[in-house]
Amino acid sequence: MPTATFKIQRGDASIGTFEDYSLEISEGMVVLDAILLIQAKYANDLAVRWNCKAGHCGSCSAEVNGIPKLMCMCRMNELPIDKPVLVQPIKAFPLIKDLVTDVSWNFEVKKKIKKFKPRKPDAADGSWRMAQEDIDRVQEFRKCIECFLCQDVCHVLREHHLHERFTGPRYFVHVASLEMHPLDVEDRREDLKKTDGIGFCNITKCCTNVCPQEITITDNAIIPLKERIADKYYDPLKKLFRLFRSRKRNS
Amino acid sequence: MSSYDTYKYDVLVIGAGGAGLRAAIEASSQGVTVGLICKSLLGKAHTVMAEGGIAAAMANVDDRDNWKVHFTDTLRGGQYLNNWQMAEIHAKEAPVCVRELEAWGALFDRTEDGKILQRNFGGHKYPRLAHVGDRTGLEMIRTLQDHCIYQGVEVHMECTIITLLKDGDRVVGAFGYERERGRFKTFHAKAVILATGGVGRSFKISSNSWEYTGDGHALAYEAGAELIDMEFLQFHPTGMIWPPSVRGILVTEGVRGEGGILLNKNGERFMFNSIPDAYKNQTSDNEEEGWRYIQGDKDAKRPPELLTRDHVARCIVREIKEGRGSPHGGVYLDISWIKKKISNSEEHIRKKLPGMFHMFKKLADIDITKVPMEIGPTTHYMMGGIRVHAETQMSTLPGLFAAGECGAGLHGANRLGGNSLSDLLVFGKRAGEYAAKFAKENKAGAIDEKQINETEKYALQPFERENGDSPFDVQFALQDMMQQWVGIVRNEEEMLRAKEHLRLLRKRSANVFVNGNREFNPGWHTALDLRNMLIASEAITMAALERKESRGAHFREDYPDKDPNCGKYNLVIKQNASGEMTIRQEPIPEIREDLKKIIEEMK
Repeated sequence: MPTATFKIQRGDASIGTFEDYSLEISEGMVVLDAILLIQAKYANDLAVRWNCKAGHCGSCSAEVNGIPKLMCMCRMNELPIDKPVLVQPIKAFPLIKDLVTDVSWNFEVKKKIKKFKPRKPDAADGSWRMAQEDIDRVQEFRKCIECFLCQDVCHVLREHHLHERFTGPRYFVHVASLEMHPLDVEDRREDLKKTDGIGFCNITKCCTNVCPQEITITDNAIIPLKERIADKYYDPLKKLFRLFRSRKRNS
Repeated sequence: MSSYDTYKYDVLVIGAGGAGLRAAIEASSQGVTVGLICKSLLGKAHTVMAEGGIAAAMANVDDRDNWKVHFTDTLRGGQYLNNWQMAEIHAKEAPVCVRELEAWGALFDRTEDGKILQRNFGGHKYPRLAHVGDRTGLEMIRTLQDHCIYQGVEVHMECTIITLLKDGDRVVGAFGYERERGRFKTFHAKAVILATGGVGRSFKISSNSWEYTGDGHALAYEAGAELIDMEFLQFHPTGMIWPPSVRGILVTEGVRGEGGILLNKNGERFMFNSIPDAYKNQTSDNEEEGWRYIQGDKDAKRPPELLTRDHVARCIVREIKEGRGSPHGGVYLDISWIKKKISNSEEHIRKKLPGMFHMFKKLADIDITKVPMEIGPTTHYMMGGIRVHAETQMSTLPGLFAAGECGAGLHGANRLGGNSLSDLLVFGKRAGEYAAKFAKENKAGAIDEKQINETEKYALQPFERENGDSPFDVQFALQDMMQQWVGIVRNEEEMLRAKEHLRLLRKRSANVFVNGNREFNPGWHTALDLRNMLIASEAITMAALERKESRGAHFREDYPDKDPNCGKYNLVIKQNASGEMTIRQEPIPEIREDLKKIIEEMK
């Protein structure tokens, strides 16, 4: 069996080092297998998050050779093993230790988004009627496993650190799933523009490219949301109308 | 002197999968303060792995379905060892709970007339599982999570409980650590709900993640609560087996619900060869009728691949043992064959089973629309657990409640697919309601500092040793041993050997050594989980030795038949005053007359 060397980032924010570990690679192995083997054999205290090991839970996000990935879905045979495999934590959030970062900001952001608010039920038993065609696009957004790889790769967060003014692609997908939900009657456009900072997104599609669930984040979620905001705030006719109305009110 | 942070709640929920979240939502809506403890990050619990659907007799697809049929199916599947009162409550309340999810934003797949679509599953007489493709668990946990975060529930992520705190008999709180810095936390609570899931991590081949170390089972047991039905551990018939790195990962029963068939290496559809008597009148004996059932023909009987999980798993093991297995020691599960029946089969499979398609393509280089999958049984679900009161979900200890997989009673000797998600909702809700009620009716209990000090000392011991076993090595030894000797086929000789090994492993686990410090240290976490895994394993082994018959998920090759006398009791496990595990038979109460009549009518 071939052997690979893994260069794994160790330590916390104060002492960042890389350590090398060598391991035999067996058939079908994924990067997470290697990390867990290294943990069991050589480094019991190697910090890493994982749960389902099948791409369903979104826990084992990391950067493998610099690319944000779920380690459980990253096959070793996709990587060149003639040079060391570089494994690092995701970058957009503060490092806790080794491959684990503090992603709690994401959970706080979500709480600020207006919650789902359904219209009145269609039937006496409290249920609704919806056509499959009408929910297909929202079901795409609801595939999200909250791995935060899209957040990690988004330059607004990663390079510019605008965490205070920008909620990131994950939460645009979340808002899209609410705004386009056939039953929802809430309006989140003002928040999107003012507090969520959707204007900072300049649609480079980096988020779409890394999404392990293959959600077309930019085209299907972010651009339609931007269009809705444009409709509300930048439609020239509506703008004139609003101007006219406010003058009348002031006079 | 101990150093820890202290938190006070009316209700503390330990575990944040479907049951824990549903319990937290219910308790907080009753107006009490709630703390919620997640072993991982919020929304990552094992519920996320559930694929097939939520069983609820809504009759959206087949109008003959109702709670009575669901109730009877559940009892038949559980070989009548179920707590029949729980089965009744479950069948009646599941539809409301599913509709509640929709009111909170869940988007299930739809029928032609816009209702929630329901699919076929093993042991369910009619199409009953509300689903979203093959990612129903994700939809459910995200819906609950996104509802819960607005309820004022205080969430403690990446936190593990080491012990329950007691005031006399009553449970009054919990003590544990948070992963990030390794700091200790004390929780005072008027009522505590355990919703910690299963025990599958004690076995080598398992669909369960690192979290499923029997924490709730062990915490309750150590606090003096009773466990029941611990011999009944479900091996899901279809787990991935190749390549080695994916061994055990779940392949949803939904594949069979959508028409998937099981084949041995000779291409024979072996499930036709052994249909149990209890299911003869509802199972088809030919390919043509089975396919009509899948297509929704109400006059057709269901194909034998949709028999209960215990039976299907055993048939697969038989094929493998008798030399008719696949190259990597499994059998074939084939959904691609439906191309003979429908023209757009590839598109259909990708639409109905997108997760399975993606998973096999990515991890096994297999296109399931074109070729069969290789599968074999995997440790999946614990039917046994904390003994609870059917209506309130309170354990045998005052102030301690349990819901979901760590609770027991609903499923008896074998759980039907889809009944787990509905169990989480129905009994999670009830646990939340009654725990809140208990909290309102009782003052906070006293916290015993001595218990906290002792637990803290115990938890830090692995750091103090100069050397010793690696906690991972002990864990692997346990997993190998349980898989080999207390797995899907059991006998007395092997289980006695297992019992002896458990004694040795307990010794080893008391001497494990952990390097590094307390900050996010998986070696330390594993060292502390070992105790729970060993308690759960011991309980499983003890109960499996005691039940000298084969029933449901429990199969003894030295007692291969069902014994009617053994069908009259559950096995109850409890710690005695000197700290030893004891077991006793508890007669099953006579079933209520009206329910008995329903069962008779449905036979």
